[in-house]
Amino acid sequence: MINLETPTKLDTLTYQANMAALHVLRPISRKYDRAEHTYPVELDGLAELVAQANAQQAGMSASDTPELPESDAGAGGTINGRNLASLIGLIEMCWGDVGLMLTMPRQGLGQAAIRAVATPEQLERFGGKWAAMAITEPEAGSDSAAIRTTAVLDGEDYVLNGEKIFVTSGDRAELIVVWATLDRSAGRGAIKSFVVERDNPGLKLDRLEHKLGIRASDTANFVLENCRVPKANLLGSPEITTAREGFAGVMQTFDNTRPMVAGMAVGVARAALERTRELLEEAGVPVDYDRPLVVQGAAVAEFIQLEADWEASRLLTLKAAWMADNRMPNTVAASIAKAKAGRVATDVTLRCVALCGTLGYGEDELLEKWARDAKILDIFEGTQQIQQLVIARQLLGKQSKELV
Amino acid sequence: MATEADLVGPARQAAAEPGTSFDATPTDEQRMLVEAVRDFAHRACRPAARSADEACSAPEELLATAVELGVGALGIPERHGGVLEQRSTVTAALVAEALAEGDMGIALACLAPGSVATALGLWGDADQQAAYLPAFAGDAPPVAAIALAEPRVLFDPLAPDTAATRTPSGDFVLRGDKSLVPRAAEAELLLVAATLDGAPSLFLIESGAAGLTVTPEPAMGVRAAATARVSLEDVLLPATALLGNSDPQVYRELVALGRIGWSALAAGTGQAVLDYVSAYVNQRFAFGEPISHRQSVAFMVANIAIELESLRLVTLRAAGLAETGREFTREAAIARALASRHAMQIGSDGVQLLGGHGYTKEHPVERWYRDLRAAGMLEGALIL
Repeated sequence: MINLETPTKLDTLTYQANMAALHVLRPISRKYDRAEHTYPVELDGLAELVAQANAQQAGMSASDTPELPESDAGAGGTINGRNLASLIGLIEMCWGDVGLMLTMPRQGLGQAAIRAVATPEQLERFGGKWAAMAITEPEAGSDSAAIRTTAVLDGEDYVLNGEKIFVTSGDRAELIVVWATLDRSAGRGAIKSFVVERDNPGLKLDRLEHKLGIRASDTANFVLENCRVPKANLLGSPEITTAREGFAGVMQTFDNTRPMVAGMAVGVARAALERTRELLEEAGVPVDYDRPLVVQGAAVAEFIQLEADWEASRLLTLKAAWMADNRMPNTVAASIAKAKAGRVATDVTLRCVALCGTLGYGEDELLEKWARDAKILDIFEGTQQIQQLVIARQLLGKQSKELV
Repeated sequence: MATEADLVGPARQAAAEPGTSFDATPTDEQRMLVEAVRDFAHRACRPAARSADEACSAPEELLATAVELGVGALGIPERHGGVLEQRSTVTAALVAEALAEGDMGIALACLAPGSVATALGLWGDADQQAAYLPAFAGDAPPVAAIALAEPRVLFDPLAPDTAATRTPSGDFVLRGDKSLVPRAAEAELLLVAATLDGAPSLFLIESGAAGLTVTPEPAMGVRAAATARVSLEDVLLPATALLGNSDPQVYRELVALGRIGWSALAAGTGQAVLDYVSAYVNQRFAFGEPISHRQSVAFMVANIAIELESLRLVTLRAAGLAETGREFTREAAIARALASRHAMQIGSDGVQLLGGHGYTKEHPVERWYRDLRAAGMLEGALIL
């Protein structure tokens, strides 16, 4: 049965996350935007609360079986599980502050990669830890099959050499999931991910980036110099597959993580819309949904158009996460959500700045900050253009060598 | 003296039970009905669309098949011969979308009469329902249409220029013009919006009323729906013609249900565009390879898919809120905003992707371009 409202069983979670965003994140939003590279100590207490709340959520522990008990399946047997719950919490937290959310201890995307392919023994060792993802290299961004970092088996260890950039939470995380190739000549099938402890002496912090936005979140660049990790730290199969299967497995992580990044965009865009609406109403310009746009002021007409695109991005994102919960193939849905939400968040936050004039552009309000924060959401975890490639290839039945 | 109908009271479909889980899966009943309608749309409506567009009229046999499929009877309460106990705005949206995959003009022609039946089911009093609904539930339902839009710029459906005044005896006199009313020339019953005592109100007018004239008003698109201008020159109506007692909430809901209807039609035609251009760009060669190998082409197709799914979900959410008796006019307005902007862009890109070929009548994309301008612009004419 079609019901596109958020599940009622997550109302409490939504409320709690919203309260945390309002009372913990918002008050320190501007502080850590200015104090880039300073660790937000205020988050430690919140992270503890989140960990406890997660532990209490039945079926939402760090196991690899996201199915909820039978009783949790709604009418018609649909599952509203971990993906949807995580997403809804994430939207609220990013309504608070995207940068601070990204640097919440133990919330990194690396855990998604670990959970997707880890053995029980690996889950035991790595589950619940703060894990970052290291994929991008100076010469390999969107083209992640072109990565050059190598992993060579030497006795009981793999030895990693290469350079990794744009590692979100790379300085603060406990683990870094590093993508490296076992054989540069073997193509995608040789790309594997390795869990590297942050204090591994072969993992050398090169520098932290200074950024346009999400400045509360550290973005680290690393050099891997004869970085030795135990064989048991390789995630998934060590076999080099000649087909694309191995790489496809790695890429499948995106089916779960892209809706989450889309959710971040939904959260920050909502913050901008809500504040803009308040400021418009204070200025005596109420938003009327019943009257046609053409008979209302230009500001209201623009606002409703922005809200329409935002609502669309929200529903696309919920649907993509719901599909993941129900084990439906969601690669295209995830890319559609990410593409729409990424561009909408950038558009909405920038137009809200313009609608609010110098109030929106100045630092007394957070609107200008949200517009800077939002831009990354149309870039990381696959740029707008990469999402469009994924969608178009699927719709048109094209291989990546045909539609480049 | 109270009639029997008064004593029983009007029949109403109950609000549907709201779901508790997020779910994008239609029910089996919805899937079966939509498959039948989509099959009809593709096999019968699409091939007839070009000539219907030129003739400004939908073929009789198609309209008859639509009646057999039951597309216009979803809003009729059981007591008056309907088949559904509960409101079914989501089903109606899925049906409208499936029909418009065939042709938007024919879809509008099929759905216009049922829209009046839905309005009678939602807001008619016992006598109004008893007078009209059994016929709508029968094998040969009357042609009927909602007349909301008016021929002027900056039209606001909440403030129609068409004026209703009361006579000393309690009757009404209506005066004004209504624009682009589907199938008005053959309609036996019109539901007309007019301002009464400062409030937008709805009136039932039977064909043949003195002062009522209908003239053809062909437009850019949705021509198969035989759109017409309806002129009311001091049309005298009995007190029983007023539907919904000038209740502002009734009127707001009618306008919003119309917006959901147009958004659903836009989603269907948008799907037709996506399917058509996807096949075309793979077959069309330029510079030695299919044009789909170019990002500027492929990304346009991807964007059509993104905005189409956006429009569909927002429309279905609005429909879901409506059928469960919750506030939904914001969501309907938002669906309309998406249809107005993105569905039109889909229509425009559809022509663009075919280049000069798309500009000719050899392909349907020029018709979809014209039809999609209606969605997000027209108000009323159909409701779900």
